[in-house]
Amino acid sequence: MGLDIRYPIGYMFSLVGVLLVIASFTDDPAQLHRSLGININLIWGVFLVLFGLCMLLMAWRAKKAEKAARK
Amino acid sequence: MESIQLGWIDYAILLSYTAFVIGIGFALKRYMKSSSDYLMSGRSIPAWVTGLAFISANLGALELVGMTASGAKYGIATCHFYWVGAIPAMIFLAVFMMPFYYGSRARSVPEYLKLRFDERTRCFNSLTFAVMTVFASGISMNALAKLLHLLLGWDYNLSLWICSVVVLLYVLKGGLTSAIYTEVLQFFMIVLGFAPVVYLGLKDVGGWEALKVKLAIVAAHPASLGLVTDVHKTFASNAWTSAWKPLLGGASANPMGVDWFAMIFGLGFVLSFGYWCTNFLVVQRAMAAKNMSAARRTPIIAAIPKMIFPILVILPGMIAIGLAVTPSEHYRLPPARVADSLLAKAVQVVRHAPANDPALVQEVAAATGKRMIPASVEALGGGAAASLTDTQLSSRIQDAVAENDYDGVILSLVKKYCPTGLLGLALTALLASFMSGMAGNVTAFNTVWTYDLYQAYLAPNKSDEHYMWMARSVTVVGILLSIAAAYFASRYNNAMDVIQLVFGFVNAPLFATFLLGMFWKRATSHGAFFGLIAGTGTSALFHALTISAGNAPGIKGGYLHILYTFPSEMAQNFWLATFAFGVCFVLTLGISLSTSRTKTDDELKGLVYSLTPKIKEDESTAWYMRPAIAGSLLLVCCVIINLIFW
Repeated sequence: MGLDIRYPIGYMFSLVGVLLVIASFTDDPAQLHRSLGININLIWGVFLVLFGLCMLLMAWRAKKAEKAARK
Repeated sequence: MESIQLGWIDYAILLSYTAFVIGIGFALKRYMKSSSDYLMSGRSIPAWVTGLAFISANLGALELVGMTASGAKYGIATCHFYWVGAIPAMIFLAVFMMPFYYGSRARSVPEYLKLRFDERTRCFNSLTFAVMTVFASGISMNALAKLLHLLLGWDYNLSLWICSVVVLLYVLKGGLTSAIYTEVLQFFMIVLGFAPVVYLGLKDVGGWEALKVKLAIVAAHPASLGLVTDVHKTFASNAWTSAWKPLLGGASANPMGVDWFAMIFGLGFVLSFGYWCTNFLVVQRAMAAKNMSAARRTPIIAAIPKMIFPILVILPGMIAIGLAVTPSEHYRLPPARVADSLLAKAVQVVRHAPANDPALVQEVAAATGKRMIPASVEALGGGAAASLTDTQLSSRIQDAVAENDYDGVILSLVKKYCPTGLLGLALTALLASFMSGMAGNVTAFNTVWTYDLYQAYLAPNKSDEHYMWMARSVTVVGILLSIAAAYFASRYNNAMDVIQLVFGFVNAPLFATFLLGMFWKRATSHGAFFGLIAGTGTSALFHALTISAGNAPGIKGGYLHILYTFPSEMAQNFWLATFAFGVCFVLTLGISLSTSRTKTDDELKGLVYSLTPKIKEDESTAWYMRPAIAGSLLLVCCVIINLIFW
């Protein structure tokens, strides 16, 4: 099938990660007690961006390898 | 319980997810050229994708919510659904059964039954399966819409229809491929959405060792949290935290009320193999793989995350119990909901009760139909209620309910720990699990309807365009039927219980038919059909003659006569499956031996083990990815996990 699912997964989680990072700045600091004083939005947002980029990298490398194989 | 407020970021996360799943459907539309592209993905998908879709299709909202609920009710023993049930069955499917599903000309599980036996068995299987998928998706939708209504204050109808329309859009455009691809995205969404909640919960409760200590306190007085009704009941301290020791102590020594034989044979062998090896909903994912070796790797790849899934779905339930027993946490298990009409009745009871009414607690309990916390109800008596409005009073009465709503546990944790942002992510994960389950049901329904019912009986020999048109139309019909089933479930709770019960009867003996069909060439079509019918009848009869402790005869069984009382519903269920399997197995065997074969050896080639040439392993497959080797390694891991949590 022509679509590599890693692209949409990569883009979506990068976007969601960025949204979480934004949330970590806009959230009312009083809300932090809910997550035990941990700025979980920031940590998890960064992690999701990294996860998304990894997916994109894998998809990109697979595409490159396929192109090379076709040559 | 007051509802949670969502911020704009939460909505932004929800919307981006929705946009992406619909986008995947539209992106795949141009590849849908024939009915086989649409209903079977043209058999072109890589194994890691089908593998993740394989578990995601099973991981509907009910699984997520239900497993957490069981984690709270029964503790770590719930993991047996994974470590004794799912994993061995998935490996068996990969190593032994997939070659026949994928290698034969069958396009669906019922079609395999037709090739192996005859039309009767296929017809029986495809009809029950089609109705079952519709109701399964309806029940799940109803549960989700109710939960969203309770916790977010979202409108029941609106959440039901919006979620369905999203699923409709992407399945309609991209068919099975779209369902499978989005299931992969949903898999990551569910894992990454709930992982932080579990992490925060575990950290809050003080880590695994501290949780064990807390659960030992619970085990000593399970009635204090409403986990059992008998106030004098106690369990050994490891009842919630050891997977096997309480089980070996007999049915009364573990909260599940199950003995080890029923667990291993009933759940581990009959029910789990029956589900994972014969249910087209999951098998369809593997059948869409691009070649035989990818098809066989699908369940193996799925088994790896499945093995550690209990951390995500069962541990939260245990954490909730651990929190509830810690006074400083101010956390309680969500109380069972009382219907508004009954609450109004209870309000009147409290208002009109005389001062110092000694029977107040019983009267309120009679009005709500639930057990109540005596102290909380008494606090409302003696004129205290006069200063409260009706709304305040009914919420106080609701809070005084002693019974737990275990299905609300997972969302109560999300609510407790998630700030705006993470909240949106966790809710999106819940919606993703719901959508993956629904899309799974709809695509399986679609294929069985189009190939096994419509093409087989109603309109054979039409052009492929015609079947493609049919498949698309049935996607819409399937979703509309699911929505109807959801409304039916919300209105007639009891009727729904009966329907689920009947499906339990049909499913229990099914694995015996497949086992004999695939591994014994002498099994005949008469044997299969009558064995299956008798097995189903046995389940119904078994249910009519037995009951579990604490239930009144009726829908829970025992309505003909009570021959035996099981310690719990789960035990009754596992033994029912064991008997149904046994009868189906023995009868299929007996009838087959006394009837003549209808299919020659040649016709059964590719359908029966002894008549199918052994598959040559693809030389390019790495040795550790060969099904037999990878499967054995996984089984060893599974045994080790069982020993660790022994």
